[in-house]
Amino acid sequence: METYMLLGFVLILSIYLGLELISKVPSTLHTPLMSGANAISGIALVGALVLSQDGDLQTTLAFLAVVFASINVFGGYLVTNRMLKMFKKK
Amino acid sequence: MDILSINIPTIQNITYIIASVLFITGIKMLGKESTAVKGNFLSALAMFIAVAITCIGIVNPLLLFSGIIIGAIVGSIIALKVKMTSIPEMVALFNGFGGLATFLIAWSEFNNNPESFFQSALVMITLAIGGITFTGSLVAYGKLSEKLKIAKTSFITKIFTTIFYIALAFLCYSIFVTPFIVQSFEFFTILIILVLLGGIGFVLPIGGGDMPVVISLLNSFSGIAAAFAGLLLFNNVLIVAGSLVGASGLILTVIMAKAMNRSIGNILFVGYASSGTSATSEEQGEINPISVSDAYLILENASSVLIVPGYGMAVAQAQHTVRELGELLEENGTEVKYGIHPVAGRMPGHMNVLLAEANVSYDVLAEPDDVNPTMDVVDVAVVIGANDVVNPSATEEPGSPIYGMPIIEVHNAKTVFVLKRSMSSGFAGVQNPLFFKSNTRMLFGDAKESISGLVSEFKD
Repeated sequence: METYMLLGFVLILSIYLGLELISKVPSTLHTPLMSGANAISGIALVGALVLSQDGDLQTTLAFLAVVFASINVFGGYLVTNRMLKMFKKK
Repeated sequence: MDILSINIPTIQNITYIIASVLFITGIKMLGKESTAVKGNFLSALAMFIAVAITCIGIVNPLLLFSGIIIGAIVGSIIALKVKMTSIPEMVALFNGFGGLATFLIAWSEFNNNPESFFQSALVMITLAIGGITFTGSLVAYGKLSEKLKIAKTSFITKIFTTIFYIALAFLCYSIFVTPFIVQSFEFFTILIILVLLGGIGFVLPIGGGDMPVVISLLNSFSGIAAAFAGLLLFNNVLIVAGSLVGASGLILTVIMAKAMNRSIGNILFVGYASSGTSATSEEQGEINPISVSDAYLILENASSVLIVPGYGMAVAQAQHTVRELGELLEENGTEVKYGIHPVAGRMPGHMNVLLAEANVSYDVLAEPDDVNPTMDVVDVAVVIGANDVVNPSATEEPGSPIYGMPIIEVHNAKTVFVLKRSMSSGFAGVQNPLFFKSNTRMLFGDAKESISGLVSEFKD
């Protein structure tokens, strides 16, 4: 229970930090920010890697979670990078 | 050996803290034009570090590494091949995959028999957010790529919307009841099915024009789902990274909702449909069509031009031709600006991405607040496939459903060209009095063809 409290504390602080950090973003960057954040949500990959694999169902779930999170990570970062490279000042 | 086995989790946790700091710095830098590329790189580096350190001591590395490789190949192919006009649906798709991953994590944790009330509740919540994000994003993908055509008022939509509410009710039930009974597989299966169908019902009733809000919200959900998965697995980097995504998605959602002058609740659960009929007042006046060659003559003599793009420009894929026209105007000594409304298009910043792809410098892209005060000195405002974001009813007609929405006030410019395919109304279903103003000229036809016509007139 104490661990949950501590982690809950981390959760609340991180959300607050996020809101403060990103509150003023120029509209040019709305899409890259969204797609960059989307790539970060692929952090679920870390969770997927440590799932238990007792039995076929568990192994399948872990494998699928890894595959889909990886698509999210690689696709997200690459497309964000591609997009940001297009933004330039003359 | 004994010391080593104790140390691995400690080393991992320390590394996770470093990764979290990099994520925070990365997302902060992503919010500024000059540092955005570096910010994205930092966050990718953080991801690499976090994943690499997790790989130490995983069970069945061969299988999981092959999973990563498959994901990397599929993700990279999609990301490198996608056209810039299809970015909205691709973001929706990736978002769905992220949601699916957390959904699967929650499922797997359920099979581990959660022990406490808290753990059980977390499994259910993570499962629900992940599942709704997954199927909701797929529906958003279908709508954005126009593969899915189900009217938001149809019977099917109503069924799915009902399922969404049932799923929510069942979720509450399962959170508060399951900890006290024996966890049954059947019970959990029902929850899984309800949640997945409910996600469809969450997005299905939301119209195409409200998509920027929905995409940002789903984006936020995928982050929150990851953060909850972090609570479930006692993993701090998941919590920090997930929360940052949740927060950034939430901010974008609020920005989008403000740009429409509507509450998030109204967009998600009401829509425009309820208020459509009241605004069809008949005394609209006359439409003044104009030909390409006449439009050219006016543009040639203009000293300042404001281009206002909308979703129609994306549909016609006219961004490159628009840039060409802008350059020709500049060579002619005309000052050219682009007025970008935050909700123009189908995702936040949609128009900015398209124009950037066409090599338009971002310092000529202006927001409504920058262009509205000086609108009366603009000689020609060229509206390309935008409708509701330039509808003067928003400022003039208190009875209009879109009254109060911040718009780009092109009607105050000396002349307005509206490039439009036909006289149909925008997604809001509201007639646009702009088309009937005395200073408005309608240039009917495909936006790309009309602009190419103007471009070739300039070249002659």
